[in-house]
Amino acid sequence: MPKRTDIKKILLIGSGPIVIGQACEFDYSGTQACKALREEGYEIILVNSNPATIMTDPETADKTYIEPLNVEFLEQIIVKERPDAILPTLGGQTGLNLAVELWEKGILAKYKVEMLGANYEVIKKAEDRKQFKMACLRVGLDLPKSAFAYTMEEAVSAAGEIGFPCIIRSSFTLGGTGGSIVYSREEFEAKAKLGIESSMISEILVEESIEGWKEYELEVMRDKKDNVVIVCSIENLDAMGVHTGDSITVAPAQTLTDREYQEMRDQALTLIREIGVETGGSNIQFAVHPKTGRIVVIEMNPRVSRSSALASKATGFPIAKFAAKLAVGYTLDEIQNDITRETPASFEPSIDYCVVKIPRFTFEKFPEAKDVLGVQMKSVGETMAIGRTFKEALQKGLRGLEIHHIGFDNKMDYRFVDDEKMMKRLREPNASRIFYMKYALQKGLGVDRVVDVTGVDKWFVAQMLQLVDFEREIMAEFAKDRALSARTVRKAKEWGFSDAQLAEIMGTSEAAVRQMRKDMGIVATFKVVDTCAAEFEAYTPYFYSTYETEDEAILQNAKLSRAAKGPRRKMMILGGGPNRIGQGIEFDYCCCHAAFALKERGFETIMVNSNPETVSTDYDTSDRLYFEPLTFEDVMNIMDVEKPDGVIVQFGGQTPLNLARRLQQAGVPIIGTSVDSIDVAENRERFSELLNRLKISQPSNAIASCVDEAIAAASRVGYPVLVRPSYVLGGRAMRIVFDEETLLTFIDEVADVSRGHPILIDKFIEDAMEVDVDAICDGTEVFVAGIMEHIENAGIHSGDSACVLPPHTLSEEILGEIKDSTRRIALALKVVGLLNIQFAVKGEKVFVLEVNPRASRTVPFVSKAIGVPLAKMAARIMAGEMLSDFPALPDIEHLKQVSVKECVLPFSRFSGVDIILGPEMKSTGEVMGMAPTFGAAFAKSQIAANQALPKKGSVFISVNENDKRHIAFMAKRLHDLGFKIYATKGTAKVLRSSGVAALILDKTGEGERNILTLLEKSEINLIINTPSGKKSQSDMRRIRSMAIRHAIPCITTLQGAWAAVHGIEASLKEGFTVESLQAYYSRS
Amino acid sequence: MKDAVLYLEDGTIFRGTSLNTHGETAGEVVFNTALSGYQEVLTDPSYAGQIVVMTYPLIGNYGVNTEDVESSGIHVQGFVVKEFCRTHSNHRASGSLIQYLDDNKIIGIEGVDTRALTRHLRLSGAMKGLIATDEFDPARLKARLSQTASMDGADWVQHVAVKKPYVWKCNGDKKYSIVAMDCGIKRNILRIFADMGCEVHVVPPTMTASEILALNPDGLFLSNGPGDPAAVTYVIETVRNLVGKLPIFGICLGNQMIGLALGGRTYKLKFGHHGSNHPVKDLESGRISITAQNHGFCVDLKSLNPQDVEAIHINLNDKTVEGLRHKKFPLFSVQYHPEGAPGPHDAQYLFGLFTDMMDKHKK
Repeated sequence: MPKRTDIKKILLIGSGPIVIGQACEFDYSGTQACKALREEGYEIILVNSNPATIMTDPETADKTYIEPLNVEFLEQIIVKERPDAILPTLGGQTGLNLAVELWEKGILAKYKVEMLGANYEVIKKAEDRKQFKMACLRVGLDLPKSAFAYTMEEAVSAAGEIGFPCIIRSSFTLGGTGGSIVYSREEFEAKAKLGIESSMISEILVEESIEGWKEYELEVMRDKKDNVVIVCSIENLDAMGVHTGDSITVAPAQTLTDREYQEMRDQALTLIREIGVETGGSNIQFAVHPKTGRIVVIEMNPRVSRSSALASKATGFPIAKFAAKLAVGYTLDEIQNDITRETPASFEPSIDYCVVKIPRFTFEKFPEAKDVLGVQMKSVGETMAIGRTFKEALQKGLRGLEIHHIGFDNKMDYRFVDDEKMMKRLREPNASRIFYMKYALQKGLGVDRVVDVTGVDKWFVAQMLQLVDFEREIMAEFAKDRALSARTVRKAKEWGFSDAQLAEIMGTSEAAVRQMRKDMGIVATFKVVDTCAAEFEAYTPYFYSTYETEDEAILQNAKLSRAAKGPRRKMMILGGGPNRIGQGIEFDYCCCHAAFALKERGFETIMVNSNPETVSTDYDTSDRLYFEPLTFEDVMNIMDVEKPDGVIVQFGGQTPLNLARRLQQAGVPIIGTSVDSIDVAENRERFSELLNRLKISQPSNAIASCVDEAIAAASRVGYPVLVRPSYVLGGRAMRIVFDEETLLTFIDEVADVSRGHPILIDKFIEDAMEVDVDAICDGTEVFVAGIMEHIENAGIHSGDSACVLPPHTLSEEILGEIKDSTRRIALALKVVGLLNIQFAVKGEKVFVLEVNPRASRTVPFVSKAIGVPLAKMAARIMAGEMLSDFPALPDIEHLKQVSVKECVLPFSRFSGVDIILGPEMKSTGEVMGMAPTFGAAFAKSQIAANQALPKKGSVFISVNENDKRHIAFMAKRLHDLGFKIYATKGTAKVLRSSGVAALILDKTGEGERNILTLLEKSEINLIINTPSGKKSQSDMRRIRSMAIRHAIPCITTLQGAWAAVHGIEASLKEGFTVESLQAYYSRS
Repeated sequence: MKDAVLYLEDGTIFRGTSLNTHGETAGEVVFNTALSGYQEVLTDPSYAGQIVVMTYPLIGNYGVNTEDVESSGIHVQGFVVKEFCRTHSNHRASGSLIQYLDDNKIIGIEGVDTRALTRHLRLSGAMKGLIATDEFDPARLKARLSQTASMDGADWVQHVAVKKPYVWKCNGDKKYSIVAMDCGIKRNILRIFADMGCEVHVVPPTMTASEILALNPDGLFLSNGPGDPAAVTYVIETVRNLVGKLPIFGICLGNQMIGLALGGRTYKLKFGHHGSNHPVKDLESGRISITAQNHGFCVDLKSLNPQDVEAIHINLNDKTVEGLRHKKFPLFSVQYHPEGAPGPHDAQYLFGLFTDMMDKHKK
């Protein structure tokens, strides 16, 4: 069946900002879909609020709207573009929900927009618990047993049928108290009674508990002729009870016999047919009872998901791309598998390796939150590792996680691990449980006991024990012979031991181990991910390392060299590894751009990365993809095989940068800004020296390598000071301290993070404005691409701060000084490539806070704001071109549009965490608002960040002493715009004296008119609350956390409040329009 | 654990280590790409005479059990994997794979770069190989391998087929009585027939047409089996005499024998199809099944008379013929394994087509 010709224009909705549970995997899927559909000649209208995506590059779609993702804006876009169809299944849950909403509001019907892939009924059937259950039962599929009960009699009879343990969920409770698990009849009666009472409709759901069951996922694809294939099976190492996004997962399934696997496969086929997903990919989760083998269906996502991205990378089968083609009418057999080029997509991939995915957590950023895992996802990123065995893949994955583990290692000596603590860490799922499993095995707890306590399947635990036992053998051999035999080293490498792990055992350096094994002839070999276990020839160069006899990368390179007419020019790009707070999609975006640009310029591009969610690990992005951990060892192994002409370390964030020095020492040709210049920028002393020479100011600062030095330095510099360990990203462990006592606490806390690096102490300039600059330098000329004025004061991490481009309050003089300083610093550092500088402006004085001679987090935002692909330009310059080789660059001071970047914070995921921002970055993602005026752009950015400013209602204001005199004018404007003003006593007094009729509210939560009850009743629509002093008061903390729960925008800085007032004014007076990037750029 | 080699006919040597059974074994080396189902593979009589290489590297994870067997014993000549699992896990497991191989005196070797081996077989074609655990001298290995028989022209059926007829009872009410000619039949075929109400008379391949007709069956089933179909001349003869007299359904070797009985030829594929992920299109309905496959030979459609025979299924990977149908008589066959075991159940509908055919023929 050929593609459909009755549709021409297709609307695609992206997934918005990166949040926990929805990350760059949807940029990967959306970008694939855009490419696949444009290839077929369709016109693509793309909407996404996240500028740090490849999908929002103006080249990816025909029309690109960086607009807030809500029904109002989407309707405007639909009216303007009149698409024939919408593809709702590739933009994550956000895209799906919006499509449903557009349908429910009748907008799709009104403008005759057809839903492709999955229609409204299908989505409802899959997503609505009751409908889904009915559908499963109709086709004879088993689910966890459950029953609704309205009386105690019903509850007791339900429990009798379901058995214990079971879960009681109370329906419609305020704040969603969640389910509780009960183990006995007595416990049940008490909890059921409570549940019925607390439900607004006296309803409870009694559900069979499947905690501890084995968890599986199948990735399913269906075409409109009802052909269905299973792309991949995934088995979770963590049993049911831990969100699959937070689980270590393995592909393919390991512990199912074929009979059981086929049964599950049959069920998946039955289910996708019954639910009726017409075309595209779905993900179905199953639980299997470990003792009886009973299979129950857990849930189904009728769309491309995080697991589909993983499955695509794990197998080489591009699910999103094919889903897009199926949606426009192709059938699986009409689509070619691009890896084999001769076989169709209507097959099930076979793989000849083992894949392990490990989530990356960020609990260190939220010390108040417990690192216990449960049904709500908490991880912020993941790494994937491929090996010929599970043992190899697990160890590669653990070192690829970049959390200072060098494998399944011995960060702690098990003999010093407290037994009681260990048992607790085993019992309660948490981020480091895998390492406690090792300690337990080392202590001789035994496989069966570990299985009992953790619920992890015996197969996995036994594999871990093999590693533990073998490590012991290696140690024993070394203790006996003071050397290791080649046979032992080879086996160690085959089982994934890193050189660093062996070095630890041998008491030597990683480099020495590397040399030793190379002398033994033990080198990494590279194998191809080819979807077919070598049954067909593979054309797609997607590699992973292992220790085997044949190296396919060498074979392929030899073939390419024979076919090449002249010398091959190769560039290698090191990616950013797993996403984390402070290093995410922005850097992947830059790496992809480097690959695109250099490919265009005739280079062969080689990508190295370990993050399965990304576009960079799409085998289409570069000429060759190495799916490998970003460690010195793994990168050097690739170097040995590829011998590239240049290696780019500037684009992947801190990960590759941290490797730069060692790589250079090992002879790796790093291109762009020299490693020495990077050191000048990062080494405080050398940096201060440079600025002194250039006569550019910086806050007074010092370095301390011991506690006494720190105390002396801080008092010399003068409190408040900004302190942090050197060589960290995302403001990790950065803090503003006001006195010696807090300084000492800080030093104590960061002992682990700083790992021997000194502590940096800067004078903290209070009430300064922060400005971010991104620039490109070719060594002789500088292009200042973007000057961003922060909306929050200096002191809040730039990644957490909203900013506006072009700057709207800075004077010509200050802008001139900023540009001049940028130029001089860039030239002095001999920057070749990108450069980011953070300035603080206080009054008329400009200070340099930080210089980063590398791609910054704001590069994609600036690129989109000014319409110039900065990362591409920088990559070309690093490869030898000059700025003068580029066509005339836009005049960035006279842009027609104003762009605002706003961050998105994960606080709602971590209960008990205060939402106050500081120098440590906490946001997971960002959105962009574009409009002709600052007010409208800011308001859009707030809507996009899901904290829309109110247009009417009540504002609660409580500010600290310093802010009181500034707040009155703002309150007056809000009052004039029709808002009712509530304030705390002190603030109200100031407001009243300025003529604003403010109503006094008690903030401590006493009496009728207190802020908490008003928040509870949703009578407050906006909160302006600036914290006082170094510690936020506990009642204000309660207010802020309640604001999060009720999704009420809560502004914590004066500048933020100003911007909000502008935004509210704009939305009331101007309203919003939508405009595509292509239209903006054609006008500037 | 002992060093072992796999010596291939072309002189290539792959190294590994053996389990507890030592010695030598020879056979045609083929690779199987299924991710699960090693116990079914080991016990599938169609693998008689072959050394099987599993492309999935981790084998033995779920142990072995008493149910997932396709015959009474192991039929492979040798088993080559990347890694045998030492501690298995599955609620149905009754023992470990390693023990199972040892009990059956099968030489299994691990630590082999099975991907390199698979690539080698793909590029050079299936070939004979010798696994040895005590002899590593290439010249002597070569000499020993050259003494073993080739797969081409070899009748392996006689080694695996039943010697005396027996009846596989149906589950529930008996609706059909069929004769299954056992050339190495997989038990899952019998299980499926039984579930459909077929009482199956499993007979030796040497049974003649008149003996079969004397049983008065509703239909004849021709099973899968090992080796070169062209060597099993006695079955071909029997089939030729039964075409048109009974509804006939054949699977795998059964399909090849039907092709030969109808006057066609078979040829050897370069490295065969062995796995659980092959897409096959039903040319009539357009429906695609993901199928289990295990064959080294294929029917040459061009050798058949288009007036009588047509292809009803094709393999979407290499476009080879995957199923035949007689235009006048109730006869059809498939080259792949609709019974799965291991493999998907997508094509199990074919068993229903056979019973439909028998229903029609009864009237």
